[in-house]
Order: sequence, then C-alpha cells, then structure tokens
Amino acid sequence: MKAIYSLILVVALILIAIVGAGLLGIGYLFGVIIPYLAVLVFVVGFVVRVVSWGRSPVPFRIPTTCGQARKSLPMFKDKWNRLDNPGTKLGVVGRMFFEIVLFRSLFRNTRVEMHQGPHIAYSSSKWLWLFALMFHFTFLLIFLRHMRFFTEPVPGVFVMMDQMDSMFQILTPALYLSSVLILVALGYLLLRRLLVPTVRYISQPADYFPLFLIIGIVISGMLMRYIGVFKTDLMPVKELAMGLVQFSPTVPDGIGTTFYVHLFLVSVLLIYFPFSKLMHLGGVFLSPTRNLPNDSREKRHVNPWNYPVKFHTYEAYEDENRKAMVEAGLPVEKPLEEETEETSGEEASDDNAEKKE
Amino acid sequence: MATPKPDILYRNISHKPPAQDWMDLPLEIKPGRYCYSVDPSALEAVGMPNARVWNPLDEDWKLPENWRKTFLDGMKDRLERFRSFKVFMDICVRCGACADKCHYFIGSGDPMNMPVLRAELLRSVYRGEMTKAGQILGRFAGGRELNEHVLKQIWYYYYQCTECRRCSVFCPYGIDQAEITIIGRELLNLLGLQTEWIGKPVANCNRLGNHLGLPPHTFKDNIDFLCDDIEEAIGIRPQPTFNKKGAEILFITPSGDVFAEPGIFTCMGYLVLFHYLQEEYGFDITWSTYASEGGNFGFFTSHEMMKKLNAKMYHEAERLGVKWILGGECGHMWRVLHQYMDTMNGPPSFLEVPVSPITGTRFEHAASTKMIHIVEFVADLMKHKKLNLDKSRNDHLKVTFHDSCNPSRGMGFLEEPRDVINKVCNNFFDMPEGTIREQTFCCGAGSGLNPGENEELRMMGGLPRANAVRFVREEKGVNMLANICAIDRATLSASMDYWVPEVSVCGIHEMVANALIVPGEDRQTDLRGEPLPGKEDE
Repeated sequence: MKAIYSLILVVALILIAIVGAGLLGIGYLFGVIIPYLAVLVFVVGFVVRVVSWGRSPVPFRIPTTCGQARKSLPMFKDKWNRLDNPGTKLGVVGRMFFEIVLFRSLFRNTRVEMHQGPHIAYSSSKWLWLFALMFHFTFLLIFLRHMRFFTEPVPGVFVMMDQMDSMFQILTPALYLSSVLILVALGYLLLRRLLVPTVRYISQPADYFPLFLIIGIVISGMLMRYIGVFKTDLMPVKELAMGLVQFSPTVPDGIGTTFYVHLFLVSVLLIYFPFSKLMHLGGVFLSPTRNLPNDSREKRHVNPWNYPVKFHTYEAYEDENRKAMVEAGLPVEKPLEEETEETSGEEASDDNAEKKE
Repeated sequence: MATPKPDILYRNISHKPPAQDWMDLPLEIKPGRYCYSVDPSALEAVGMPNARVWNPLDEDWKLPENWRKTFLDGMKDRLERFRSFKVFMDICVRCGACADKCHYFIGSGDPMNMPVLRAELLRSVYRGEMTKAGQILGRFAGGRELNEHVLKQIWYYYYQCTECRRCSVFCPYGIDQAEITIIGRELLNLLGLQTEWIGKPVANCNRLGNHLGLPPHTFKDNIDFLCDDIEEAIGIRPQPTFNKKGAEILFITPSGDVFAEPGIFTCMGYLVLFHYLQEEYGFDITWSTYASEGGNFGFFTSHEMMKKLNAKMYHEAERLGVKWILGGECGHMWRVLHQYMDTMNGPPSFLEVPVSPITGTRFEHAASTKMIHIVEFVADLMKHKKLNLDKSRNDHLKVTFHDSCNPSRGMGFLEEPRDVINKVCNNFFDMPEGTIREQTFCCGAGSGLNPGENEELRMMGGLPRANAVRFVREEKGVNMLANICAIDRATLSASMDYWVPEVSVCGIHEMVANALIVPGEDRQTDLRGEPLPGKEDE
C-alpha cells in the first residue's frame, strides 16, 4: 500500500506537468519559476540542514572501531588497520573516502541463514552494495552529463563523458550505458523493497516515493531521447537551460511536454531533497562514528557543554564507613577518635552505657 | 514463565515479519523478555525523578502528569547537544543492512529488534512531533505522536538492546543504535522508567563504590577469601594492599569479579600475577575499596550518571597519589575509560603517562587518560619475557576467544588478548570470521540486561555467540570460552549452559595465573581446584 500511494503521488505529479505545461501551456511556470524555486529550496534547505547538524556539538569521541587499533603496543603495529580504525586525521580522510566513494561498510554486508539445528550460518551478501554503488555512480554521471545543457562552449570533460557513456553506439541516438544501468539499479532497489520480507516491513512511503520519482525522471528523459512521439528538439531545451543559468530566462517555442514532465519531476526531487532521507548525502560526512580518529586515550577530546556533576567523595565515604574501615585494618584519613568526639548521639550514648557498667 | 528448551526455542524463531504494519502492532510485554522496574529507593538515592512503585505489566505506569512535555523537551535538548543523535534521526534510508545483524533479532525474530525499527520508534516521534512534514502528513511521512503506547514500546525495546554497536559496523552511514539507545534510556530515566538491575547497582556504586554495594570491610574480606583459595591451590598467599597511599599504581576492576564464579577465578588470577610481580620486581599496586568498581551502570542510565560514578577513579587516584591507573578485564568499563572518561572527568594532571615499572615501556597511547588495560600491560610483560610461564598447565583447555563488544568496536582491542592467550595456552582456535573481532556478537545481556527475570531474552540474544562456539566445539573440541569482560563471564556461563553445555567460561587472567610459575609454589590444582594436567593421579 505504501508503495502504491507513492506511485500514485508520482503519477499525479506527472499529470500536473502534462496538464499545466502541455494542455494549459503555462511553460513559464514549469520552465522557469518552478525550476528556480526548486534550486533555491534545495540550496537553502541543504545548507540549513547541514548547518543545523553542525551546530550540535560532538561531546564524545565515539568512532566505531572496525579493526585493530593503532600503536596500542609496538608489537601490534603491523596489524594496525589504518582504514577501519584510523588513529590520525589522515587516516580518517582515508576511512571517509572509502566510506563515501566505495560504500565500504555496506561491502561488509552479510546475510543470516537459519538451518535446521540449532545452526546459524552467515554468508556474504554484496548485491545491495553493488546495486547501490551502481545507482549512485550512474546518477552522478548522468548529472554531470547534463552539464552540456548548461554550458557553452561545452567543456571537453563533459563531451568526453557523453562520448564514453554512449560508446557502444546502439540505437540512434546512441544509447547511454548509464541510463540502462541506473534503471537496472533502481529496479533492484525497488524490487528488493517489495520482495524481501524484512525490507518490505521496514519500508515507508518516504522510501518508495524517491525511488518512483527518480524512475520517473529517468524514464521521461529516455523517452525524450529515444522514442519518436516523445522526442524533443534539443535546441530550444538548450536555449531554456542557458537562459536559466544566465538569469535571463526565456521559454522558446517547440519544447515538448515530455521535457516539462522531466523538468518538473527534477524540480520536485530538488524541493523534496532537503526534507527527506536523501540528506544522507550531507549527513554521511558528519557521522561521529566514522569521522573521528580513535585516539581518545592519547589526546583529550573536549566536550563544550561538559558541566560539573556532584559525586560521592572519598571524604563522605570514609565518614560513613570509618569505624568499619578501622576495624578491618583499612587506612583512613581521619582517625576514629576524632569522629566520636564530635558526633553522633548513638555512639556517645554507647560510651555512656559502657561507663555505667 | 519458564524458558523453553533450546531446540524448541530455536524452532520457534521466525524472521518472517507479521502481516500488520509495525506502527499498528499491539504491545505485549512478555514475561521472560523484560526487566523488573526499579525500586523507588534506588532512584531516590541518586536524586532521579519520579521514584514510585510501578509494574511494567500494569496498564498504569504512574507517569508524571507532564510526562509528554518532559520527554519531548528532553529530546530537543539532546538533539542540540549530540550531533550523533541529530544526524542519526535524520539520515537513515532504511536500507536494511542492519536488520539481521542484531543478536536479539536473530535469536527472537521480533521485528522490532531490527536495529532500524528500534531506531524508528524514536525517529517516528521525532518526525511526528518535531518536523513540519511529520506534523502535517503524519504516518505518510513516518511520523507518530508520542502517546503512552509509543512510550511503552520504546521502553520495552530499548531494554532489549545491549548497546553492542554491531549494527553500526554495517550501517553505510555509521548510524549507531547504541548511541540512540543510550539517549533513549536517558529520556526514559527522566520519567523514572529505570530497571531494577541497573538502578540498584547505580545507587550502590554511588554510595559504596561498587555495584554490589559491598562496604569497605566486606570488599576486603571478599578479596581475602580469594587469597585463602589461592593459598590452597598454589601454596602461597598473596598480600594485596588496600587504599595504600603512595602506591605506584591503582588497580580497578569490575566488582563482579570479586563476587561470583567464574569471575572470581579471573580476580584470583590478578592477585597471583600481582604477587609474582611484587616478589620478582617489587611491583607496587593497590586496590581501592572506594573506587572499587570498574564497571559503570551509569553508562546504561544517562551521561550524567556515567560521569558521576566514573569521577571516583581520578578522585581516588589523586588522593592516593598514585602515578597511573591499571584497569581489569571488562567490556563497557573500557568503552567508558577509552571514549568518555578523560572528556568527562579529565584531564588528570596529577597522574603521569603510564610507564611499566618492570619493562620501562611508556604507554604513549594512554598519554592523556593515564589508564591502561591489564591485557596491554601483561602483553608487554610477556613480550619482554618478564613472566616465567608453563603453557602446558593449560593443555587440558581448548580455548576460543569471545571479543567483547566494547573493547572491539569501541577501542579496536583485538590482537592484545589473542597475543596473551597464545602465550599461556597451546590450543587456541578462533571462531569463524563474521562472528569475532569487530563483527563479534554480544554475549546476549550487556548494558544491564542480565537479571534473572529476562532469561528467555538472554538465551535468544546469546544464540548467535553460542552457535559460533558450538562450531569450534564440533570442529576443534573447544571446551573453554575465554573473554575479557565481567558481564561476559556471568552471561556466557548461563548461555553456554543452555546452548553448548560442554563449554566453560573464563577470563584471560585465570589462564595467565595457571601458567605462571610462582617461586616457592606448590601446585597440584588450577585455580578452580581441579588437578593440573599430568597431576590427575597424584
């Protein structure tokens, strides 16, 4: 049901664009106002969110150590796992690089198998890692590839990216490898959510919605490029894009509805982004279990809000237990006599009692 | 309710989630899976709020009138004080990588024990009460309002998390359920929702210096009894000192080890070792009856309580005028010492960077906290051949090693214990990859979840560890499960009895002391009073 609601929502968004830009012809709203608004919301929202995280301090040094620590003793030096248990800032940079670029933690993934027994086995399970990596990298590539719409002349690097992506020269225009791979990856991520019982159980609309939204973006983009009736003339699209980045927006004639659907879905994604789990893009950099060196016994980590806490002092402890301590032969700070003189009615009356006898 | 037999318990584990959405699941607090509520006196003793008699099985938990505001304000306050908490509330994508990494999920199949859903219990409140999207869209945005049902769910499942951090190893963003549980329990404690097995030790430790509440003379007596037992086993009586001013080193270990089997054998191991070092090298170490607790159940209560209980260590070290502190075998104790102590209660400018008086090794990696682990200390002694050892005395043991959660995932303390074990016994076999080192499984009852009443839960949580032990039992004939944690020693003894009854549990220093050739000794038995290999007939 959660998946269906999310799908309906994305279909509704598509219909809005078709009706608005296609039937009613309000191209300026869908081609200029909404994209500008979306970029603004994205940038401001992203920054606000990251700043709000940054304003909360990191009171304790809590890296999750995933390997042997540095220089506990010289003899274990060659066993030190610099990457998974960094002891220096440089090591942390390495750990974060592998975490963010290669999804190292996800690479560890295992799967539990319950056999007849009692007997449990664990097997390596790298599909999620593989398809997650595939999705993120193709997404990045597609994003960069689109820069050729926003630049004139197009820098060589984007041209090269475009050529490499279409090197197989299947179909005309040439099929982008990244378009196929991202659909495969998205398909895996979606099917996994729908079919793996535990993953289905933990999934929420907020998990399905961005999947359907991105699938919608990819498909609308591909329709524009490859399928006759949806094809869009690239020249006016480029003119629109250049107008947007040069802050002199115009809406040229001849832009097909599919393009507006595509652009509208991208705009929605940008607006949705800062308020959603997609912010893991920024958050992963700030995760205290990953971005701190494991050196807290060597160097003191300062907690900016550390406040004094009253504790039960030795003095108070001895005052309460002095007699027993002396009897047990434990050293004390203040001798026993002193206390009996000053204090307690109970002991004083004991003394009196003894005297009477 | 009696815990079912192992094969029945195992057969009933199903990882198939129920048909109902988790937000609609009714809450059934099952006997055998929850811990009893704390006695009000324990809360009053440390000034914690809402002390009253209450029972989790009752409908009415006697919450304070403004409990919702207290909880939500507390949550907002912690979102501002802990970046970890704030980021972890925002960035989970529910990829599910953590789902089957939790020992409680593996052993119980309860979907709420998937770390992601345990976190969602609090996240749904965060979204529903504190974000615009959650307030407007409600469940569609994954938001819920905080009501009594939700609060009870949080309580029930946040005391089914041992803060072991295994999920955080696998999370692509390093989301650490331990951190969320720690803060969740801190919030629950604002409402007086503490458990007896955590609250009582906290009150004891505050007043008398140890979780067991042993007054000074009793603490000393207990150690004296252990010295009696040592004398019986090796013919020599160690002469430990207590609260000795001007000693070079202060020794602090979890109090559980002076109290119950098999921990006492580890403690006897320390005593034998210290005696040996004293005789051979003039080693000068003292025990404190005041700072007589290495563990810290305040860590399972709140950050403030952790700091309050931990403060005694430096306080006592300063009073006694020691140079540095040596810490015994314990798990969460070492996470507190390694990642929190110096920040909370340091810097201990009155102490010196630890230097082994015997080998001269300077422990630079503890240059700031001035506290080192006894296994590090002993590994260094062995490296410099300062201990006269007869490994063959442990030949009757086939040993495997259980990495405790906190030293492995909170320190990276993996080679040190293996090094020491390999130097005191000939038969060491690691359990399979994926169940040891940073991927080690919890013993099943860390973080204060080891009372008697939640036995079923403990056995469920102990299953993954026991399963790996059974593997080396079958493959290699392992009969001893070594570890460096007092809670392990207590918990694993019970879960081994249940799942793999042929395997015993010990601390590393029990084996060290058994292998140690003490000048003048007359040994026929090990520290447990059992004949040494080759002496069975005598």
